[in-house]
Amino acid sequence: MNTTLAFLGQFGGAIEFIFEERESVGGGVKVGGLGEIGDLAATHLLVSAVAMAVACAVSIPIGLYLGHKGRGEFLAISVSNVGRAVPAVVLLFFFIAFVGNGFTNVAFVLILLAIPPILTNTYVGVRQVQPDIVDAARGMGMTGPQIVRRVRLPLAMPTMFAGIRTSAVSVLATATIGTYANLQTLGEPILVPQQYGFEGALGAALVVALITLAADAGIGLMQHAVTPRGIKLAEEPRTQRRRLSLPTRRREAST
Amino acid sequence: MTFEPPIAQLQTRDRSGESGCVIDDGLCPDWIVDNFDRYIDPFWQHVYLTVTPVAIGFVIAFTLALIAHRRTWLVGPIASVTGTLYTIPSVAFFFLLQPITGLGNTTAIVALVCYTLLIIFRNVITGLRAVPEDAKDAARGMGLTERQMLWRVELPLALPEILAGVRIATTTTVGLAALAFLAGGGGLGQELDQDPFFKSNVVVAGGLCIVLAALLDVIILTFQRFTTSWQRAAA
Repeated sequence: MNTTLAFLGQFGGAIEFIFEERESVGGGVKVGGLGEIGDLAATHLLVSAVAMAVACAVSIPIGLYLGHKGRGEFLAISVSNVGRAVPAVVLLFFFIAFVGNGFTNVAFVLILLAIPPILTNTYVGVRQVQPDIVDAARGMGMTGPQIVRRVRLPLAMPTMFAGIRTSAVSVLATATIGTYANLQTLGEPILVPQQYGFEGALGAALVVALITLAADAGIGLMQHAVTPRGIKLAEEPRTQRRRLSLPTRRREAST
Repeated sequence: MTFEPPIAQLQTRDRSGESGCVIDDGLCPDWIVDNFDRYIDPFWQHVYLTVTPVAIGFVIAFTLALIAHRRTWLVGPIASVTGTLYTIPSVAFFFLLQPITGLGNTTAIVALVCYTLLIIFRNVITGLRAVPEDAKDAARGMGLTERQMLWRVELPLALPEILAGVRIATTTTVGLAALAFLAGGGGLGQELDQDPFFKSNVVVAGGLCIVLAALLDVIILTFQRFTTSWQRAAA
């Protein structure tokens, strides 16, 4: 494998690190290889998934409710401005110093990071639904909860998923520095080069980058899948008139 | 290239011979007052790590946006390339660049520039696109060429949106620069990293990051008020 990947220089060594075990820099311990990278990636994905699930469970109902009632605009919008002003790294370090280490604390930091984009986007998505459509639904005899579930929610889906996408990217990125809080994520080889060496750091960095890009693309596909056909049809003529497909999703800081 | 570990997690700053509060990793006002000057250099490094990438990123993204403004088919490809760069986590990016650019300021700045591109590009395009057709018709009626129209009508009208992009890019970069020490760039992140359990250290270094983000935001906002005074005059 050394010879085949040699032309890649340090990247070759990094790829090798992902697939084959090697002696640690300090000696004595085996590091790298699919086994260890797999374990680290599993923790990485688990903490990110838990954080995303909780963040969605908290912010989507609140966003739907506030958006439906047309209340709390200030809260729903300013939460994401505040979220941007406090960097993820700083938030994590505050937690390490004042609350402590471990899975729960990292998950909590990630939840706090994930809530603002989802909440704001759900709210905006629901508010965007044209009043005429809601009136029509009411005229058909739908109750409040039915309107939320069958009219507002489907129409808000694309915007909401854009928020979920933004959050997922920043959560996966920040889980990397969860290593500072003693959580063995893919940040471990990156942030403990004394043991893993530079190629280890580079290898883990590659894996993190690929996972994040895959998650971004995957949620992008989901976003397309959950977009009601009506919206897609309405957007169609626009592309024919060569209106540009600039991503309208608001994307915020990733770490 | 020889590899120097950019961080040393276990090596905390020597705090022996200090008061009980400091030994207990507490939040100590006295220590903060006495040691505040050690944060001044990292603070200015952080300012440098924010302002330089935003300035370079602005020049690149603004140029790309002007090129794509008249050649609309370019918008999609540019947005997806800058979008991909934007998605790569910064911790990973700082390492992925090192075999190419080495350890140091260059790596940090190249990575940080990449993160500003999408935000600024998107806002310039959105701003230019939102210019009312009437204003452009009037400009054409006055006999302005395309180039004159761009600089005298379209860009001034798009300025609020463009500056909004610069503001988002700036606050984002302050946060990302807190990890630039991984690429050997120093900054306030280095201070956080050196003593992550000492509450006083975390509060001062982390607090300065937040203050810097807020301060730069206010500066750009003031600049915006100043440069778009015609907007208020019309209102």
